[in-house]
Amino acid sequence: MTRYAMVIDTLTCVGCGDCVTACKTENQMPDGLTRDWVVETTTGEYPNLSTEFRSERCNHCSHATCVYVCPTGASHFWRDTNIVLVDSGKCTGCKACIAACPYDARLIMHPEGYVDKCTFCHHRVENGLDPACVSTCPTHCMHFGVLDDPAGKVSTLLRTRNYKTLLQETGNEPNVYYLT
Amino acid sequence: MIEEVLVTLRANPKIDPVLSTWSWEVPLYLFLGGLAAGIMFFAAIMVLANRQREAPFVTEKLVLWTVILLSVGMAALFLDLSHRWYVFRFYTAFRPSSPMSWGSWILIIIYPICLLQILSTFRQGYPNLARRLERFDIGALALDLSERFRRRIAWISIPFALALGIYTGLLLNTLVARPFWNTAILPVLFLVSALSTAAALTILGTSIKGERNLFTQIDFSLIAVEIFLVLLLVIDLSTGSQVQLAALDLILGGRYTVGFWLLFFSIGLLIPILLEGRELLRKSTSAFYLAPLFVLIGGYLLRQVVMNIGLHSSWVDYANQFDPQLLQLLQ
Repeated sequence: MTRYAMVIDTLTCVGCGDCVTACKTENQMPDGLTRDWVVETTTGEYPNLSTEFRSERCNHCSHATCVYVCPTGASHFWRDTNIVLVDSGKCTGCKACIAACPYDARLIMHPEGYVDKCTFCHHRVENGLDPACVSTCPTHCMHFGVLDDPAGKVSTLLRTRNYKTLLQETGNEPNVYYLT
Repeated sequence: MIEEVLVTLRANPKIDPVLSTWSWEVPLYLFLGGLAAGIMFFAAIMVLANRQREAPFVTEKLVLWTVILLSVGMAALFLDLSHRWYVFRFYTAFRPSSPMSWGSWILIIIYPICLLQILSTFRQGYPNLARRLERFDIGALALDLSERFRRRIAWISIPFALALGIYTGLLLNTLVARPFWNTAILPVLFLVSALSTAAALTILGTSIKGERNLFTQIDFSLIAVEIFLVLLLVIDLSTGSQVQLAALDLILGGRYTVGFWLLFFSIGLLIPILLEGRELLRKSTSAFYLAPLFVLIGGYLLRQVVMNIGLHSSWVDYANQFDPQLLQLLQ
């Protein structure tokens, strides 16, 4: 399996939300639905507080519980990669995948009713482009690439910087990394 | 202190602010599927134990309801699908890792088994309908063959009845992202509850005192086991991970405390076991229908309450999630 990863530098992210707008535009999301979002986390006790911005989305897990629970094969790994897609022609809208995702990263498309999620903009990736959110980020805090390429930028960043992933304890092996 | 705030708007319907993807349809299916499984199980056991004459209602009459209950349950499931015209996709793939896929294929196998089970006692249970069926050669042949292989059909029915009963709990249990469901006690609890509701329906429907007494004894034991399992469930979650402890808090002082302990546990388990205990001790038989009625209500409430709690329990907990009511205020 070729593993694609997104690496987001929380030290340079300012929480502007451009990634969210870029995603909505690129993927023509209906009103009121969103595939990515920005979280601001504040930790500590006043006055010793620290703030972190995180652009969040589907983690395209290597061990994707949403794919495993899907009864029809609608949720699947794209072309032997970790990019998790939903085939709307196979999705029944049973919503098992939504309940199986610990990140609550899936949504129901309206008015059609099938399940939708971040695709890592696979239509751009297959043309050698970065996902729309990564391309548009004004602070260049988002990076995208093949994780298994030791000379690639995501591998280099993860080798040289401290990082974390979200809810690693679920065992889902998420592939969105946050530099800290 | 950790405070997590959404900077950008996230209000995906039925996902935010808490998961509300499933409503009454799935619990109704889990209840009716369990009830059908219980009836299949008892009808088969009574045939194998040569107690058909002592329990004619469950073996000859009630067994017809298995296909009706399953069909109503499946109709409810169909209504729950949000992309429902693609329902045929369940049967264009078999996904071994998906409990829902197993469930949909098990149902396909269970239907003919139920029909055979019905036919094997049809002449005794529904003589008028059987006579009509006998007018067709194939109908008479089906009745003859089913009766001849009655015990074999009963043997086959038992594992499938148990599989259906366990599946109703396993479906939720395997969705590991919902901490309240992520306990191995749940499938066993749902199975015992399924058997208990079938016993209750037999008590309600039968006019034979011996059958009623037998199933009151069975139901009393099953409710006792259920109470034990509920306590095990609490112990299991209380020794679990941080998210499971947070999920347990939902029924120990949290927003589902009344729903779980007063509605399900008291109405569905405590009151019926006391009433059935009194009946077994011959202290009171005047309101014999009350206990099984409570058991049936409790059986449904178990599934509805457990599903709601599970949807509410989550790994993600943004302190200030989007509140749709605030948006309405702006409008």
